[in-house]
This record gives sequence, structure tokens and C-alpha cells, in this order.
Amino acid sequence: MANFDVIIVGGGPAGYVCAIRCGQLGLATALVERDKLGGVCVNIGCIPTKALLHSAYVANVIRHDAKDLGLATGELKTDYGVAMRRSRKVADQNSRGVEFLMKKHKITVLRGTGKLLPGKRVQVGADVHTAARAVVLATGSRVKGLPQIGLELNRTTVISSDEALFLEQAPASLAIVGAGAVGSEFADVFNAFGSKVTLIEVLPRILPLEDAEASDALAKSFRKRGITIHAGAKITSAAAGKDKVVLELEAGGKNEKIEADRVLMAAGRALNTEDLGLAEAGVQLTDRGFVQVNPATLETTAAGVYCIGDVAGPPMLAHKGSREGVHVAELLAGHPPRPIDYTNVPSVTYCHPEVASVGLTEEQARAKGLPIQVGRFPFSANGRARTANETEGLVKIIRDTRYGEIVGAHIVGSHASEIIHELVVARTNEYTVEEVDLAIHAHPTLSEAIAEAALDSMGRVLHI
Amino acid sequence: MATQVVMEALSPTMEEGRLVEWKKQEGETVAVGDVLAEVETDKAVMELVARVGGVLLRQTVAAGQTVPVSSPVALIGQPGETVPAAAGNGAGAGAGAAAKGAQQASQKPAPPAPPPSAAPAPAPPASGRIKASPLARKIAQEQGLDLRAVQGSGPEGRIVLRDLETAHPARPAAAAPAPATARAPAPLRPVPPAPIPAPAPGEPFADVPLSQMRKSIARRLVQSIGPVPTFYLTTEVDMERVWEAREAMLAAASEVKVSFNDIIIKAVATALRQHPACNAWWQEDRIRYWSEVHIGMAVAIEDGLITPVIRHADRKTLREIGAEARDLAAKARDRRLTAEEYTGATFSISNLGMLDIDEFTAVINPPEAGILAVGRIASRPAEHGGAVALRRRMRLTMSCDHRVIDGATGARFLQTLKGMLENPLAMVW
Repeated sequence: MANFDVIIVGGGPAGYVCAIRCGQLGLATALVERDKLGGVCVNIGCIPTKALLHSAYVANVIRHDAKDLGLATGELKTDYGVAMRRSRKVADQNSRGVEFLMKKHKITVLRGTGKLLPGKRVQVGADVHTAARAVVLATGSRVKGLPQIGLELNRTTVISSDEALFLEQAPASLAIVGAGAVGSEFADVFNAFGSKVTLIEVLPRILPLEDAEASDALAKSFRKRGITIHAGAKITSAAAGKDKVVLELEAGGKNEKIEADRVLMAAGRALNTEDLGLAEAGVQLTDRGFVQVNPATLETTAAGVYCIGDVAGPPMLAHKGSREGVHVAELLAGHPPRPIDYTNVPSVTYCHPEVASVGLTEEQARAKGLPIQVGRFPFSANGRARTANETEGLVKIIRDTRYGEIVGAHIVGSHASEIIHELVVARTNEYTVEEVDLAIHAHPTLSEAIAEAALDSMGRVLHI
Repeated sequence: MATQVVMEALSPTMEEGRLVEWKKQEGETVAVGDVLAEVETDKAVMELVARVGGVLLRQTVAAGQTVPVSSPVALIGQPGETVPAAAGNGAGAGAGAAAKGAQQASQKPAPPAPPPSAAPAPAPPASGRIKASPLARKIAQEQGLDLRAVQGSGPEGRIVLRDLETAHPARPAAAAPAPATARAPAPLRPVPPAPIPAPAPGEPFADVPLSQMRKSIARRLVQSIGPVPTFYLTTEVDMERVWEAREAMLAAASEVKVSFNDIIIKAVATALRQHPACNAWWQEDRIRYWSEVHIGMAVAIEDGLITPVIRHADRKTLREIGAEARDLAAKARDRRLTAEEYTGATFSISNLGMLDIDEFTAVINPPEAGILAVGRIASRPAEHGGAVALRRRMRLTMSCDHRVIDGATGARFLQTLKGMLENPLAMVW
């Protein structure tokens, strides 16, 4: 049917950003989407969860701080349904924003499920479209259960984030399997809305990919708020009933039995690589199931077929996918982009306190044999944090002692997701801890804790 | 709508041009490619041609007037088209209706516009700010790397960590593990220096990025002696056999005139073929080794000199070189050389022998890396056959750009050249 320069399959943050950049660079672009524009991120991921987390944050402030702040509120009543509907509104607004952006940049949105055909063609419904330059796969990922341990998603008692985001009320008790970013964020939300939350992680600590100190700081905060944590826990049996799930755990040589109204599965995601016509078009997968790409160009094993976002490989993060989208668009328009620095993708968990990091953990740095010195600064010593009654957490900077290189940076605390970017910019520009210190930080700010941690990594901390 | 005709940059270095004579008058029909006027540049008298067809509506610059490159000189449009009074006015802005030529003496031309063709980005200066990340600076300082010798790959050429990783000098070949077996037989000939790569088929040259050593040599020498760090090599050549050969050629065919200069051009071109390291251009971040040999030949003209080029001199016969050299020299004196005829030399020769100069040093014409200064042929006592005899001798002095040519490299070339002149048959070997 129609001919385009570029056809992008998947309208999530990788695909739609790629489309915008293609449009800006004058390429005739089509974006194939079978559901709402914006993908998981906008509709059932990043955006609505952050809306719910804001409700949770305010609930916790009122519950724990209001009296101290001079605010009398009476007993707090929460209504998850109301918060959920607000989160839907925010998500829908964002999705409509993406629709507007597609119109603005003259992107043709093809509604339906795209299937790759050999020769840079894409079938959508009965129509076959041809791309003169390239097809870009950005089909993303989806939730999954763990049928191998008896926890297949039944969408009623064994649910995923897809269902949790649409519940009318918070369950009385909730077990969350998987304590990565998704599991930890939902633990925060449902704890604030009154659920009895149990967080279960097979690896030895929650947020297992983060620095151990960050995990510990978050675990301490969670426990203080009444969240039960079982880390290093193996689920030995699971029985999902009609209105109850019973889990048996083995952790640290002890057995535990947990009953919960709902189990929320938050352990990994499945890649949307099925029924896409990949094999027939010559697109090969890695042994981990991602689409195999040339790391410099993101071209797959089929000439003229590119892949971005979750399906192109880890980390499965929206901002990583968006960057890949811009990268491929510029490549296709003949503007060779600078390489993507995958070692400098920030990772953020938006629970309270927030956890944000970039670069290596202390453990990884030591395993690599780097000569390091660790600088720390607790928010309890930061004036601005104290004014807000938000003194949990710390900034931790890992410095290579040879040249002052910032090997890794980890922040646990209020607004960690925002202030981490000072260190992302620093690393991107190869600033060392000295430049971070030399930059004058406004007082009083949370960011001062970053400058202090940088100083501490050189043994010169001022305010401890 | 009328189209402006502007003073074009008719030579690579031209900043302004003098309109010598209009070849088309106002009202005349012009076709694309028609010669509109003759223009004197800094190098020659050239033709300014029409880029559009139509009628020459107005000459806005009078014969004899000098205007900067890119400024308007005429308007071409449709028959009957009227020209706004101020439109297309060249040097005399604001006086559109003024009689042509009336203002030529009093009007100062506007400052010359930059030449229209964008020059390649200049290499970073040897001093001044180097764009480098703080981390790259610290590592470079620690390891004694010179950032001026590193090509940056970050935004705006900023030097970042990965550039340092690729900039580490290659491990010297000597560090390769010695073979465990018995000592290999000694090579019969000394190991030649790294070979000059052959250009890809169909390419007249091969660009070779600078090695760390070459970068370092370039940087240090420029600091020491100036932008083109030159050194000089002098040798004396016995010209008896060239003399005889020339006499024989002159006797064989009276219509052919072979000069010593022609023979020297041929010999230099042939020797350069054997020494491509001397047939090269300095290109700031790389050296361009030419596989073609184009010899620039300095010709004195009134008020200066110019270096017309004998292309492919290595492949031409003496007869062709002689005819071409005379033709180019005559054109040069008449200032009728086209830009192609005086650009693109890969090596140059300057000969002051006819002016009784024994020896001298010539100034390199960048980006060429060498120039040969040729002195007179004079009878001097010299060793011959074990005794001192009066011999016809000639001194050659080669100026070498040390960034490209090292002492021994230039000396080996001169050795070959001397051998060819002392045994002219070697030229056809």
C-alpha cells in the first residue's frame, strides 16, 4: 500500500521518540501501534505508577509528619479507586500528548498489529507497507508470571502491574514477588493505601541491582513503615485460590507461610518478539531472547531492519529506548550520531525514599579491581533535608583514586530521581569529583549532599 | 527578475579582481558560458563567464575598476526588463545611475568578502585552548600524553577518554617476542622503513594519518623554526654526462630544444617515483602521499614569480617536458596561466643557474614538502678517475619540510637524483 522512508513498529517511548526525530529530519515516517500511543510507559507503566506514588507520598506525609508540621487532619482515610482514576487521567493526558506530537511531526499512525515481512515491508491488518530506508522494531515487553513455580497470572488473585493499576480498592493483604523497581514501587503504594504488604525477593536483597547500601537504606525505611521483606527467599510452593493465595517460602534455612488476598508478580518481563515475522525476515535473537543488534548501529541481522528499546536488550528502561530511537533516526537520516554510552544510563526507583544510581556499584567496582575510595554524605546532615523532615538516605560516590573519575554514584533519599542528573551530566562530560566540588552548589539544597559526598571521596568532607 | 553577476574567485587565492575589459555590452544577448569580461586576478587574466542566459541589462562596474570577490559587477535579465535604480550596484552603492567609471578612482572597494568556497577547517593551533574533558586531561598529565597530538571525538572535537585509549602509540615491533628457534638469518638488506601505502586503484594519492611520532616531530619542529620547519640538504653533481647527452640530443634533431632544466625536471620526477616519501603534501592531521608526480617549476615574471606545473612529469618524454615547460613559462610571463596550470604540484624546482648562482636555498611552497634549488653548472676542480680534473659541476639544495621528510629520507632521494644525472641512462632504467 503506502510507501514510507521509515516504518516503526511500536509506539512506546522508543518508537514514538524515534518517529518524532525521523519526522524532524524530513523522513516520511509511519508508526504502527495496536493499542494506545505511548506504550507501556505512558499507559500502564512509568506514568500512572508515578501518579499513584504521589498519592502514597502525600499519605505518608500526612500520616507521619502532619502533626509535627503543625497540621491537624484527623484520621487519614484513603481511597485507592480515586487515586487510580486520577492516575488514569494523567496517563490518558500523556497518551493524547503523544498523539498530538505525531500529528505535529506529520507521522502516519497505522492502527493495528505490525508484522515484519522480508524486504523492509510491514503488514498491518490486510495492508502491506514498504519502507524505503528502514523498518525499526520497537515492540517492547510485557508483564509475565512464573508458571514454573505455580504463579501463572490469573488476573484475579495472581495479578501483574497491568491489573494493579486498575484496582478499585487496595487489597487487605498483598504479596509482591520480585523486589526490583516495579515490586518496590507497588510495595510503597499499597503500604500507603493500607494493605499489609509482603515483599519477596529471591536474590539476597531488595533492589538487587542497586548498590548494597542503597538496598539496605530502602529496606530499613520499608520495615519502619511496616512492609515485611523476605530477601534471599525461594518460593517452594504456591496455591492460588479464588480469593486467596498461599505461598510457602524458604529463606535462610527457615520456612515461612504467607497468606495474601493478592499476589503481584513483578519478577521480570516477557519480550514482545512473537508473531512478528522475525525469523522469516532474517532477524535473529540472542540466546537471552532479545533481538540481536549491531551495538553501534542497532541494525538487526536483517539488512535495513533496526531494533530499539526493550526488545533490543537491557537495560529495559524507557529513557534508554528513547535514546536509541533518536540514535537510529539520525543514523537513517544520514547524521551519524555519537555512540550511546550504555554505562551511563541512570536507574531510578520512585518509591519513598527514592533510589537513583548511575555507573558501577561499589561491589562491581571492587570486582573489577579498580582502586576506589567511597565518599558518603547522609541526608540527616543536610539542612534542606531536615527542613522537609526527609532525612532518610544518603549520597554515595565511588571515586577512582587514580584520576578522580566518578566510577559510580548512588542516591537514596527524597528527590533522588531529580538530583542524580548532576552526576549523570558529570559522568557524560567526564568531570571528576573535583569538578563536582568546584561547582558552587546553592544553599540550602539537597544537591549539596552530592558536593559533600564528592568531597568525602577525597577525604575532605565539610559538614560531618 | 534580473540576476546579479558577481566577481568570482577565479584563482584559489583571489580576493579582488580588476575588470580589464567588457566583452559584452549593455543590451547584448548572452548565453550561459559566454565570456562577459576579462578579469585580472592576483595570478593571471581570466575570463568571467555568464552563469545565466538573457540580456546584459547593466554593467555596474566599469572597465579598469577593481572590486572584491563576490561583489556584483553586472545584471542579466529579460529583454525590456527595467532595473531598479539602486539594484545591482557594485562598488558605488547609492549612486546607481552614476555614469559608469565616474567613481572608479574615488570609491574604495568594500573589504573583501570571504572566498565563497569554505576552506577546510583549520587544524587546532599548536598553542591555545585544547578542548578535553577533565578526566582526559588528568590521565594525559599523569601519563605524559600530549593532548595536542590527540584527535578528539566528542562534541566539537572535544578529547574524551576513548580518544586517549586509541591514541596510545602502537607497541613497537621490537617488543614482539623473539622467535624461540635458532636465530633467523640476518637480512641481506636493511629493513626498509614503513612502506608508503599504495593508493586505492584509481586514486591519485593515499592519505596516511599521522603517527604519534610524526605528530610529535611536527609539533616540536614548528615550535623551533616556524610554521614550515625546513632543513636543507646540498649535494654536488657531476654534469659531464648530462652535458654530453644534451649535446648528442641537440645534434640528433635540430628542431628539438632540450634544456638542462628539462633534464633536471625529468630526473627529479623519475627519482620521486622511487622516493614517494618526498612526493607528499603536509595536510595538518595527515600526510598525503601522491602516486602522481606533478612538478612545479618556478618562473620569474615581472613583479614576482609563479610556479606552473608540469603534470605527470615522470611519464612524459624529455621532448614533451621541454615543449610544455616553454609553453607554460611563456604563459606565465603573459599572465595567462589558468588556475589548473599553476596549482597541484607535488614537488617543485627552482633554477637560478642561468643567473650565475652557485647554490641557494628555495622556500617551500606549502603544502608541498620539498623544493629543489638548482645552481649553475660551473667548471670546478673535482676528483675524476683518481686525479683532480676540471669538471662541469652543479650544486643542488633541497629544502625539506621536516614534518614530512626526515634527513635521511631526503638524502636518499638526492642520492638517487645525483645518480641519475651522473648516469642519465638510469632515468630510463
